[in-house]
Parts: sequence; C-alpha cells; structure tokens
Amino acid sequence: MTMDLTIGPVAFFWTAERMRDFYRDLATSPARRVVIGEWVCSKRLPFWQHEIPGAVETLLAAGTEVALSTLALITLKRERRQTAELFAAGIPVEIADLGALKHLPEGAPFQVGPMVNVYNEGTLYWLARKGATRICLPPELPLDSVRVLAQAGREAGVAVEVWGHGRAPLAISGRCYHARLHDRAKDSCQFVCGEDPDGREVQTLDGKSFLTVNGVQTMGHAHTTVARQIRDLGEAGVSAIRISPQHGDFAAIIDIYDRALRGISPPGATLTALGAAMPGAAFADGFLAGAPGLRPAR
Amino acid sequence: MMELVCPAGTPAALRAAVDAGAHTVYCGFADETNARNFPGLNFSREEMAAGVDYAVARGARVLVAINTYPRAGAQVVWHRAVADAHAAGAHAVILADPGLIAHAAETHPDLRLHLSVQAAAANPDAINLYADSFGIRRVVLPRVLTVEEITAINREIDIETEVFVFGGLCVMAEGRCSLSSWATGLSPNMNGVCSPAGHVAYAETEGANEARLGGWLIHRTPKGGPAPYPTLCKGCFSAPATDTAPAQTGHIFEDPVSLDATELIPRLHKAGVTALKIEGRQRSRAYVAQVVRSFRAAVEAADRGEPMPAGLLAKLTEGQAATTGAYAKTWR
Repeated sequence: MTMDLTIGPVAFFWTAERMRDFYRDLATSPARRVVIGEWVCSKRLPFWQHEIPGAVETLLAAGTEVALSTLALITLKRERRQTAELFAAGIPVEIADLGALKHLPEGAPFQVGPMVNVYNEGTLYWLARKGATRICLPPELPLDSVRVLAQAGREAGVAVEVWGHGRAPLAISGRCYHARLHDRAKDSCQFVCGEDPDGREVQTLDGKSFLTVNGVQTMGHAHTTVARQIRDLGEAGVSAIRISPQHGDFAAIIDIYDRALRGISPPGATLTALGAAMPGAAFADGFLAGAPGLRPAR
Repeated sequence: MMELVCPAGTPAALRAAVDAGAHTVYCGFADETNARNFPGLNFSREEMAAGVDYAVARGARVLVAINTYPRAGAQVVWHRAVADAHAAGAHAVILADPGLIAHAAETHPDLRLHLSVQAAAANPDAINLYADSFGIRRVVLPRVLTVEEITAINREIDIETEVFVFGGLCVMAEGRCSLSSWATGLSPNMNGVCSPAGHVAYAETEGANEARLGGWLIHRTPKGGPAPYPTLCKGCFSAPATDTAPAQTGHIFEDPVSLDATELIPRLHKAGVTALKIEGRQRSRAYVAQVVRSFRAAVEAADRGEPMPAGLLAKLTEGQAATTGAYAKTWR
C-alpha cells in the first residue's frame, strides 16, 4: 500500500488573503486530502472564516478530499456552538478536542487529529466504534507504537496517519504566550500572533533555537520530519503522512514528500531536498526513534 | 464540607495524610501506570492494600491514579493495575485514557471511575461524553479554567468536580503536553514523568548557577540565589527581536511559581465543586501532614462560612511565589 499526503490545518494566524492564496495553490498540488479550519485560537476565526467555503469548494472541485477541523482546546460557549455547527456543514469533521464528539450526529463518520490522545489500540478501537475513519497519531509516539496502531487501524478499518512534516504541536494552554511576550493578556492580545506567520522563536539562555510560540500553542522550533523514516512508516502500514502548512515555498515541500512517497527520490535525497527548499531551517526526527523529539535529523 | 483529596507517594505519607485529616488520599503503583513515576515513590500491591485498610479503618478513602496513557501493545500492564486497585479495595480509580476507561467500565462495572486531569476534559461536552460513555462519577478539572467557567460547567454536568488548590502548577492543558519529551524523550503521557531528574544537570559557571534539562540551558541565577528545578514550562528563555517586536528574556511561559488557591475556596464551594485536590505525591510526609492540616482547617472554615485563614501555607511554597493561576482570568 502506498502512503499518501494529508495537509493539516494552518496553525498560524494568516490573513484572509494569504489563506485564499494558500488553498487556491493547494488545489493543484499532489496532496490527497486537506484539513481546513482554525484549531489554535477561536479569536482568529472571524478574520478568515469567510474564506473556508470557497476553499472547500475549490479543493473538492479539484478532487481533493476535505475535512473541517475543530479547535484543539474548546472551553467557551461560543466555541462549543461553532463546533456543533461544523458537524452540520455536511463535510467530514476532524476532531482536535475529544469533547467535539458530543456534537457528532448519530452514526456520522469523523476523523481524529494529532492533538487527541490516541496512544494505544484500546483507544483506537473505541474511536472506531464511534465512527472514526482516520486518525493522525500524536507526534510524540515512537515507531513501536505506530506499528501496533497501524495494525489495529487496519483491523478496525481506520486509516492511520503520522505527523510527517512541520513544527510539532507540543502543548496548548489557556494562556496566550504570544500576548505575554508583548506584556498583554489573552483578552487584550491585539492579535500579535498575526505578526509572526511561522510563530515566534524561543531560544535557550545560551541562544539555541528551541521552541516556537504560536498564540496559545507551543511548537517545536526545528521542523519535525519523517524524511529518513518514510520506509519504516510504509512497512508499518501507515496510510498517510501529514504535512503542516508553513510560510515559504510550500508547494516545493509537498512535492519533495510526494516524490519520496512515490519512490522517485533515492533514500537520503529527501532531507537534502528539504534543506535546499528551506534554507537555514533545522530538522528533527527524534520522536519516532523514541529519542528527544528535537534530535536533529541528519 | 468540601472533600479534601491529598497526595501520598509512600505508605508513610498516606498514614500522615489520614492522621492529619485527609478525607481522601490518592496514590499510585510503583510503575509507569501513574503520572508520578519517580524513583523511590509509590506503592507495591501489598502496600496499597495495607494503605486502603489503614485509611478505611479511620473513615478515609483511597483513590488509585492509573493516569498515564497505556503503551500500544502493552495495555495489559495498565489493565492489571486497574484490577489490582479494585482488589485492594480502592474507593475509585483515576483514569485518563479512553481505551483504559472503556476497559475498566466493561471489566469492573462496580468500580467507581474518576476522570484524571490528564484527560484534559475542559468543557461540559467532553465531561458529559465521558460520563455518558463510561459512567464516570467525578472529573478532575484541568487548570486552564476560571472560577466562572467552573461554575458554568457545574451547571451543565451531573457528575462531581474536583479541582487543584495547592502545589505544582501545570500551565499547559495537562495530558496534552509533549514539551518534556521534546527535550528529554520522556513525557507525562507515556512515561509518567515531566522534566525528569535524570535529565537535569546543575553547574556553577562565572559566578552563576546554571540548570539544564536534557542539556538545554533554561535557568541561570547569580551565585547564592535560588536554583529552581528546571521544569520546562517554568524555565527562563529568550525570544529574539522580530521586525515588529523587541527581544524578550524571561519566564516566557510561567515563573517558577506554585499554585495556592486557598483564598478561592469559598468561591469554588459556591461554584459547586465537590472536592479540593492537593498536588505533591513526590513530597515528604512532613510536608503532606502540614498541608493537609492547614487545608482541613480551611475547608472547615469555609463550611462555617468563615473567611479563609490568611498566609497559612506561605512557608510551604519554599520561598517561591504563589499564584491562583488560571482561576483568575487575568492570568491568561
């Protein structure tokens, strides 16, 4: 079975115009499916949600599968209402917070995003019984777990995806660290996260790049990549790898992974190609190896 | 009276907590099934059974935390922990993983189930999902909520709520944080540890005390000053300047503070909270005894409608600042 590509929801606060261009370009990409929606902060949604219907239409017309993402941390009444509305849109929903399942119409299929804790086959089977058809595993899982879960997914009719490329979502909080960096609280954030289209870098005290702050979300700084582990994932029975949207030549990044999945690139070439497409970027692949997630990919 | 739920990392701490007035004590087995999987801590099967007997004989109850996420292919280790907690006479088990909860509900229908804070059920929909699906009887609320939000949640759910009032403070949604494994390879969800001691290194350099986690420098204090434990989210970092923002150095996520919500107990009571939880299974029995005594006095005062005793626990925060955390909206 050949793996294919899923494009995850945009984690950053981009302008409506940037979103429009981004999804227009995606429609002509080799990505098999796209997950779209605001999954980090509901305060951002009014600025770009009007772009979603058009983007969905364009992607569907191009033959791309589409799912709508919920928020990763749903607390407010308004956020719960928005979640319920997503299920009414008639398009598959990817849940990023387990509480979203409460709004699932009886018997409706759904997908599960990487911020939902699926660590073992018991949870995978439970979600499958509820109607899950596709699960993107948490980025911190080692390959040994991925193997067991991919096998369980095959038995339960659930496609299993792995975080393939992009800054890994490491934490979500009630507090906005982006606003805090500007000495503001979340309620008076003035949308400062929009100033950093790839998030704000956080370094250790000796100046080493370490984390990325993206509103209420904290991500790795190095870009997680499965470039060196694609064959292992294929052998494990993983059905797709997920590419997380980022600033820069995203079409080139998709193309690099597409070539890798189709076996066009020789082993080793993928990481080199990524380095060329993302000058100055750092790459990490420790999680799948059971090592610190930030372990450099070389 | 609000129920006081107290930590015990050892049989001695359990006895100390019960003797000091804990209504309930929570503890875990000495393995990866619980979220305080530290060397030298926690209970053997025999110790757990003896601990339950000790507590029950004195009118107290024991909860067993089995609140890490079972490893794929090794779920039987967690299943056995649930069965053993049940056999030991635990009042309830505290679980986080849906698969494990489903197993417990099916295999041990008479066992009371509490939803761990590690499940991060932060809204009524998530809580009701667990209650309806598995018959969960109590939820430990994540520390991302304000008192107002807790009040609103209690209006929409039928099960009990338990909230943290004292001790260590997670600033991220618990059970949804991989910062520790990013730096060390070990995480709360998979291994029951956060920023583990085995990955911490202290050094003295050029007049400063430095602390590293996994080799990453996240604390530097002048010699003679306090050298806080380098928990990742309370570390000191810098954010370089951008086109639109100046550089910042400091505790970008949270200061090295601990939680003290004593003053909020009357409001939490009013919010419909059933139980107050004290963090600290890694603490000494002397610490546990003192905190439990203080909080027992506080919940008794709250029950009589009296003001909270002020500054009760200042000593116990070990020179650290205390915060009411997310319970106040301005924290965000």
